[in-house]
Amino acid sequence: MRFVFKTSYDADIRLYKHGAQLFWYTLLLVIMLCVPLYFEWTGDAYLLGEITAVLIFAIVGMGLMMLTGQTGLASLGHAAFMAIGCYANILLLQAGVPWLIAFPMAGLIAGVVGTLIALPVLRLHGVYLALATLAMSILTGDFIVLFEEYTGGVSGITAPDISIFGYEINKYANPYAFYYVVLAVVILGVFAHQNILRSPTGRSFAAVRDSEISAQAMGINLTRTKAKSFFFSCTMAGLAGALFGHSAGYVTHETFDIVMSITLLLMIVIGGLGFLHGAFLGAIVVGLIPVIIANGRSLLSTSMGININIPGLESALFAAILIGFILFEPMGLYGRWLKIRTYFELFPFYRKDMFKRQKSYLKTERVQ
Amino acid sequence: MSALLSIVNATQRFGGVVAVKNVSLDVQEGEVFALVGPNGAGKSTLFNLISRFYTPAEGSITFDGHNLLALTPDKVPSLGIARTFQNIELFEQATVLQNLLVGRHRHRSGNMLSDLLFTPSTRRGEVAHREAVEEVIDFLDLQAFRDKMIAGLPYGVRKVVELGRALATKPKLLLLDEPASGLSVEETQDMAFWIEDIQKQMGITVLMVEHDMGLVSAVSSRVLALAEGQELATGTPAEVQSHPAVIEAYLGTSGIQKGGQKGGQKGGQKAQNDKGAAA
Repeated sequence: MRFVFKTSYDADIRLYKHGAQLFWYTLLLVIMLCVPLYFEWTGDAYLLGEITAVLIFAIVGMGLMMLTGQTGLASLGHAAFMAIGCYANILLLQAGVPWLIAFPMAGLIAGVVGTLIALPVLRLHGVYLALATLAMSILTGDFIVLFEEYTGGVSGITAPDISIFGYEINKYANPYAFYYVVLAVVILGVFAHQNILRSPTGRSFAAVRDSEISAQAMGINLTRTKAKSFFFSCTMAGLAGALFGHSAGYVTHETFDIVMSITLLLMIVIGGLGFLHGAFLGAIVVGLIPVIIANGRSLLSTSMGININIPGLESALFAAILIGFILFEPMGLYGRWLKIRTYFELFPFYRKDMFKRQKSYLKTERVQ
Repeated sequence: MSALLSIVNATQRFGGVVAVKNVSLDVQEGEVFALVGPNGAGKSTLFNLISRFYTPAEGSITFDGHNLLALTPDKVPSLGIARTFQNIELFEQATVLQNLLVGRHRHRSGNMLSDLLFTPSTRRGEVAHREAVEEVIDFLDLQAFRDKMIAGLPYGVRKVVELGRALATKPKLLLLDEPASGLSVEETQDMAFWIEDIQKQMGITVLMVEHDMGLVSAVSSRVLALAEGQELATGTPAEVQSHPAVIEAYLGTSGIQKGGQKGGQKGGQKAQNDKGAAA
């Protein structure tokens, strides 16, 4: 067990809690920076593409984690905001805007549009935001078809290459450079996410999540605070959407469908609601399950001659995993890791009920 | 002395029920003012009127020269009004320190962008907030619980944390909704000392709802007794307790034998206990 003696307020404010933590995260960063070197050496970049896809999902995951884990609002339409970011980015690039401006603009456009749409329902509490975003998600495809002139509609649209000061980056021609672009966005996203969490804004999000009435009594404007969280969340989704466009190379009205929205929500629940790590762990699971299924399928057919071709197998497996997590590990993968770590730290004094949430005491009869 | 908070003829209805009827009160700067009365007398409704969760059907509420009725609930704390809740409304999935830091919300200076970038001014603000919160932690002896999650804390400690969160806002007027309910005898004594210190050392005016007449007569300078939404008596704790209308409200209608049964065993017993505690 580690005891951290805090001798200044800064020890509480800074991003890492102790030296060892700083060491491990620096090591992780170094490994992430070196990953492409390994694939360049083997010459097979297929797995690097999968890692890049996982990182793109982690960017949306971070945004959704802020909204659902930190502010307690559920969104069933984050694929729609990814779509807004993706199309905004492509259209701006086609209009000749340099990528370094078009990319952040795409995020901001997704953030602003998302917030404007959600603003009327953010005044209500309960499931209304989830319903409104669900509607968004269903309508996205139709809107893309409706504005065929700009979006390409059913026939789709091709994403131009990323160009940074004349250096062209294409996912297929140069997967290593594309990986670094995505990694840079991830790192900036992590800093933004953690900075918000340790500042008054993040605390006001948590206050709104845990008790709207006493958040108000502390001077927090509910609608404005929820809108801020939603804006951050949609901006992250927009940025991820733009990168997704570059990654896929070609998007149609069917790319950002409702299944994707649900998968995103599923991702953060599997990872562990309320933890930044959860966004990444969830993205790894969601990103790797299709790979595992495909590999397992080909393994079965080559070694045993069994051909499994059941439509909807992936969705069923996802659903089974989600149900399993909700039943057996509501804290998600990261929660499981915390439990295992605590078990070894306190060995042999770990108790089974250590992470059991105590029932809250009676809440004030809701005044509104 | 001028009135810090004054309520004039406030009336609040819920459908056909009149929860508060023509109640007027003046809280002077620097005093401890207590609201007493049986269950359903309208004490908490009065609190919710002041913190603007309800809008009165009639009447006016002014605080420090501001018309409170023109404000939304989230603007009330910026004038310097802080409150606690009868059944504790803390941020469950956060630590004690984080809860107290939310109390500093009205003193924050940055915006979302400066928080996102964690600018030097945000960092300075954080240090200042933590200094202010540490003062509250020292005052209420909460050091042992600083980094504990609220969800795992015992009731008595939660009660103190809620008081601390209200104090962290540095209010002019503190509204305490039953600060001693559910507390043990020792904890109630601690609470009485704290309320005295809050009034005398910090110079904060206190308006509280309380059933424990021992606590009320120990700390408050004036008491307003309510029953069924109406004012019964105002005065010093001793005056109010000996007021015939107050005794009637607790014991029931006149005729002690009849009234004792009619008014309910519990109410009668309670009044007797309260009297005993006061003496």
